[in-house]
Amino acid sequence: MSEVIVVTSGKGGVGKTTTTANIGMGLAARGKKVVLVDTDTGLRNLDLLLGLERRIVYTLVDVIQQRVGYRQALVRHKKYENLYLLATSQIADKTAITPSQMAELVKNMRDDFDYILIDCPAGIEQGFQTAVVGADWALVITMPEVAAVRDADKIIGKLLADEKKVKLVVNRIRPEIVARGDMLTMEDIDDTLGVERIGHIPDDATVIDAANIGVPVVENENSQAGKAYRNLVGRIMGESIPFMEFSGPSFFDRLKALFGR
Amino acid sequence: MFDSLFGLFGGKSKSSHEIARDRLKVVLVHDRASISPEVMERMREEILQVISKYMDVDRKSMDIGLETQDDAVAVVANIPIRNYKHPGNRRN
Repeated sequence: MSEVIVVTSGKGGVGKTTTTANIGMGLAARGKKVVLVDTDTGLRNLDLLLGLERRIVYTLVDVIQQRVGYRQALVRHKKYENLYLLATSQIADKTAITPSQMAELVKNMRDDFDYILIDCPAGIEQGFQTAVVGADWALVITMPEVAAVRDADKIIGKLLADEKKVKLVVNRIRPEIVARGDMLTMEDIDDTLGVERIGHIPDDATVIDAANIGVPVVENENSQAGKAYRNLVGRIMGESIPFMEFSGPSFFDRLKALFGR
Repeated sequence: MFDSLFGLFGGKSKSSHEIARDRLKVVLVHDRASISPEVMERMREEILQVISKYMDVDRKSMDIGLETQDDAVAVVANIPIRNYKHPGNRRN
């Protein structure tokens, strides 16, 4: 049985693509067969975060326009042979793919994969409709910031109106600011949005390192963010895993800062 | 730091976290309550029908809308009344 999850947020810059890459790789590391579909046509980035940017030949738009079959367009990951990327076009725009075409493609891919993760563009226009249409449920990404939570609320309203199940991830949490009491808390966000939160991810230097080198932070055993993503992956697989506490910079972070890395 | 600074002057200040939480609450009530112009028009008509049963209202200068006041959102209606209808004169 395959599961199709759309990763969405409304607001840009909260880490949709980063989260998609990390969940995908995390699921692959757990032995699942996974495909990541980038639907942010015109602003392709998932390839970069996975370190696959030099191996893209065909794109989602080529598949939709039937120039190639989707199996031909998939790029297999270097390390995990059960992880695939379907990149999108850098030259086409969001109107190149209609919701019904996307729904058809997703339906066809279900037989081949345990998990299909769809990275949604920011915004609530056609690109959003296209990304969401074929999904079983939606993972909404937000961050502890008024604008991001507001946009998440808007997106959640739309998803619930479409009768999609919604789960929440709060990303880019700065533990040191939480400890100071100067950041929206998980409780604030839960109370406000009223949907099940299945992950919260701290922001730290390891996330930036990961993007720099094209290896998602979920692979980094020494990273708090990596651990939070591994926990999230477990929860998506149905495991019950306690949530990480944030109490300022971890001992490890302080140690790292001390030695300059 | 700002807290202690404000504390010096005797004012009770909110942390930026509390300000964020409160602003979020208000903006979401407003977002969720924001309704399409068609629905707003329908609601306006229905409110008018009810009030017109009891009072003679000035339809031209009335105004109904959503307003944010402090930390709540309210339906605010300003409906000038031309005349009371005498209960005895009420039809239907």
